[in-house]
Amino acid sequence: MITTYLFYLLSFLAIMFGSMVVLSKNPVHSVLYLVLTFFTIAGHYVLLNAQFLAAVHVIVYAGAIMVLFLFVIMLLNLNKETEPHKSIWLKASAAVASGSLLVVLVGSLKGASTIQSTNAFNPNIGLIENLGTTLFRDFLLPFEVSSILLLAAMVGAVMLGKKSIK
Amino acid sequence: MTLSFLIYKVILVLVIFAITLLVATYSTYAERKIAAFLQDRIGPDRAGPFGILQPLADAVKMFMKEEMIPSVSNRMLFIIGPGVCMLTACMTGVVIPWGPSMNIGGTEYPLQITDLNIGILYLFGVISLGVYGIMIGGWASNNKFSLLGAIRASSQMISYEVAMGLSIIALVMTTGTLSLGQIAADQPGAHWNVFIQPLGFLIFIICAFAETNRAPFDLPECETELVGGYHTEYSSMKLGFFLFAEYINMFISSAVISTFYFGGYNMPFIARFVHDPNWLAVLGFVFLFTKISFFIFVFMWVRWTLPRFRYDQLMNLGWKVLIPLSILNLVVTGGWMMRMEIYHFFIK
Repeated sequence: MITTYLFYLLSFLAIMFGSMVVLSKNPVHSVLYLVLTFFTIAGHYVLLNAQFLAAVHVIVYAGAIMVLFLFVIMLLNLNKETEPHKSIWLKASAAVASGSLLVVLVGSLKGASTIQSTNAFNPNIGLIENLGTTLFRDFLLPFEVSSILLLAAMVGAVMLGKKSIK
Repeated sequence: MTLSFLIYKVILVLVIFAITLLVATYSTYAERKIAAFLQDRIGPDRAGPFGILQPLADAVKMFMKEEMIPSVSNRMLFIIGPGVCMLTACMTGVVIPWGPSMNIGGTEYPLQITDLNIGILYLFGVISLGVYGIMIGGWASNNKFSLLGAIRASSQMISYEVAMGLSIIALVMTTGTLSLGQIAADQPGAHWNVFIQPLGFLIFIICAFAETNRAPFDLPECETELVGGYHTEYSSMKLGFFLFAEYINMFISSAVISTFYFGGYNMPFIARFVHDPNWLAVLGFVFLFTKISFFIFVFMWVRWTLPRFRYDQLMNLGWKVLIPLSILNLVVTGGWMMRMEIYHFFIK
């Protein structure tokens, strides 16, 4: 019972903070609201019994990536004068396009309540032992491939960060 | 979960919170006395016998000072900054086991607020959030020195978190658990993790100095270059919160180092003399605090002994020394754990 209330509270907060990210005038405020959004999403992970995912989500997104975002935005010193101004036609076409997308989404999700999951949901999958066993037994190849992808991205970032490549 | 258990937990939370604040308060006194001792001075001795009431006098001074908020600063974020700093500093004490379980009337009373099975990750997450208080405060001050201090703090913390995480992974590999209660319980007597992971301990303690912004890594508040760093514009108790959070962080880091590498509440030979679980719990608490006091002393000893790093030296140490060393530690640990498999692989 209490989890249902928590779910609605967290969902409400997530949507509210998510809209504040878009609506805030100040980019630093947007970043801070995004951090709060990540916290509410981490709360959802805890409700799904995925504690490991929740902790890693907070460490990686809120603790590292958003700090870098904040870092860059603080250095850029964005303000009203540097804000790009869009023409009225662009704004109108954006409104029409996003409205059509909303219609398509509503249309496709109309019958969503009848969708059944094919695999039974295991509530203990998010616990760290089960997650580790699953990752290293059933999904070993995708796991290793994604780690190689991350390594390649890391090497690429170091190469780009160098001042001169000889 | 019965009501008495809930009441016990609430009392435990309050007691640990009070102890954290008390230890942090008296750390300021200890810092002044140790600094005085290392510099051949006497230190504070006016307020009470041996200056023992000095922290109270400091607190009163902090509360009574005039409060200033720069007119151009972002008022809301300016106030939130020190609050976030204090909050994240106090949140870490939750997962630390302060002693073995007490047994009163057949009921187990653990001296740990909650034994999360992802305790280390929780700790790491809260530590990684600690930088927000400094960044928000530094940016909202609208002062270039504050901003530079905040940026130094954040880049320093992100850099040293990597090495810290890698050294913890090696520890997790040998202990096989992420729960701090289990890690402390797995080090009975003198089977301390520091003997298994000496290099990991060295990396961890260096990173702990950097994460708490203590000398020789106190570049975010380096007076000679940045006035007061991120707290230049702060006054009154908001400044007090920033300074106090540093002492709480120091206390918690010492507790974490003791739990991870120095057996937590365990002490050699104690199981031979004491058998009653309640006395063991009380003694374990005392032992843990002895270890914590020692590490707080080490923090201060280093501060008043070593000069500050230059910023490029700090970055070089973090990225080019500590991270390769911690990866080496990881590989050696893994190799040692798989030694039988490797042996059989090359024999056959």
